[in-house]
Amino acid sequence: MSKIVSLDEALSHVIDETSVMIPGFMGAGTPDKLVEGLIAKGVKDLCLICTDTAFPGVGVGKLIERDMIKKVMVSHIGTNPETGRRMNQGLMEVDLIPQGTLAERIRSAGAGLGGFLTPTGVGTVVEEGKRKIVVNGKEYLLEEPLKAEVALLRGTKVDKKGNIWYNAATRNFNPLMAMAAKTVIVEACELVEVGEIDPNNVMTPGIFVDYIVKGDA
Amino acid sequence: MNVREKIAKRVAQMLQNGDVVNLGIGLPTLVANYIPENIEVTLQSENGFVGMGPDPLNGQTDLDTVNASGLPATIMTGGSYFDSATSFGMIRGGHVDATILGAHQVDQEGNLANWKLPGKPVYGMGGAMDLVAGAKRVIIAMEHTVKGEPKIKQKCTYPLTAKRAVNTIVTDKCIFEITPGGMVLIELASGVTVDDVREITEADFFLHKDLKNGQE
Repeated sequence: MSKIVSLDEALSHVIDETSVMIPGFMGAGTPDKLVEGLIAKGVKDLCLICTDTAFPGVGVGKLIERDMIKKVMVSHIGTNPETGRRMNQGLMEVDLIPQGTLAERIRSAGAGLGGFLTPTGVGTVVEEGKRKIVVNGKEYLLEEPLKAEVALLRGTKVDKKGNIWYNAATRNFNPLMAMAAKTVIVEACELVEVGEIDPNNVMTPGIFVDYIVKGDA
Repeated sequence: MNVREKIAKRVAQMLQNGDVVNLGIGLPTLVANYIPENIEVTLQSENGFVGMGPDPLNGQTDLDTVNASGLPATIMTGGSYFDSATSFGMIRGGHVDATILGAHQVDQEGNLANWKLPGKPVYGMGGAMDLVAGAKRVIIAMEHTVKGEPKIKQKCTYPLTAKRAVNTIVTDKCIFEITPGGMVLIELASGVTVDDVREITEADFFLHKDLKNGQE
């Protein structure tokens, strides 16, 4: 069965209120064609899980400024004033999570774990409402796994089985989100035949990927 | 050299050969320009690589390699890329020798407030809470006061980034080490006296027995 589908077909899995993971660091590693597809489709009230809200007009920042997001789970919003403005006006909920904790919560969900213990956030507002556990005399917070209904990835090179290779620092949250969502869609900047990516160089095994959309690059 | 550059230069001199270092945004970024030529320091970028090089020249922009501010960056020969879980495992797991960050406030117990200011727009903590929780050495690089107000407090009043996390504070006036016994003044900048420091520091501190006077 071919995993290669049209943009519309792939995005049929995202409807109003869907929880969506979108990787990228200030836009680097974000699947731009899939993001544009969401805008064209006009879905709203999404729960967005991402590293940061990038800059106005860049990456997931475009979804924020079009009021498509009901809640964002994110580590940093400072580079996009549109996010803070919406938060202050009560138009959008913002759940701030330390970046390492966000990454590990997503990894935990994908790896079948019930959570993990981290020293990050002990003694700060981050510990509010969380269980504190002492191991060998040191305090940790119990952080729970974080999953989503859909993950939208960006692969620099993707083969027709969905094996992915990421260039440079675009990898960031991509391989983690690939394992943490029910439906995983990858935008292939370059779509290649099976075998063209050496199995040694595969960064996300194709078994995690449900659909491939050919990118414009 | 302006005040910020002087602070950055002094911090750079504290690094050791072979250190893996993460630089925060703002003043700490300047530290990269003053790393002594006789030592090798590897820079870690939280978004997923080690071996960060100098800023790219105009026209040589690789949009796939950005720094922690989202600006185009470069990687040196021998560097490597990895995913965000590995990056923060590296940070929390004590594999980063030093993190250099700015601060709104630091107190005499080593508590740090640098992610949120009351009444100001919220930015989010990004990777700062993980960095200060996990790096072997946390160095704060900042101007001693803000608008004349002391930033080195008896107790932080702004929301904390971490408790008891700071090891060293480097300002334009002096250097403090935070020890289990309290905060210790170890070095004065050129032309600065202990009384000058007391005047602009709210925290209590001891004088190191070998208190140094810095050179211009």
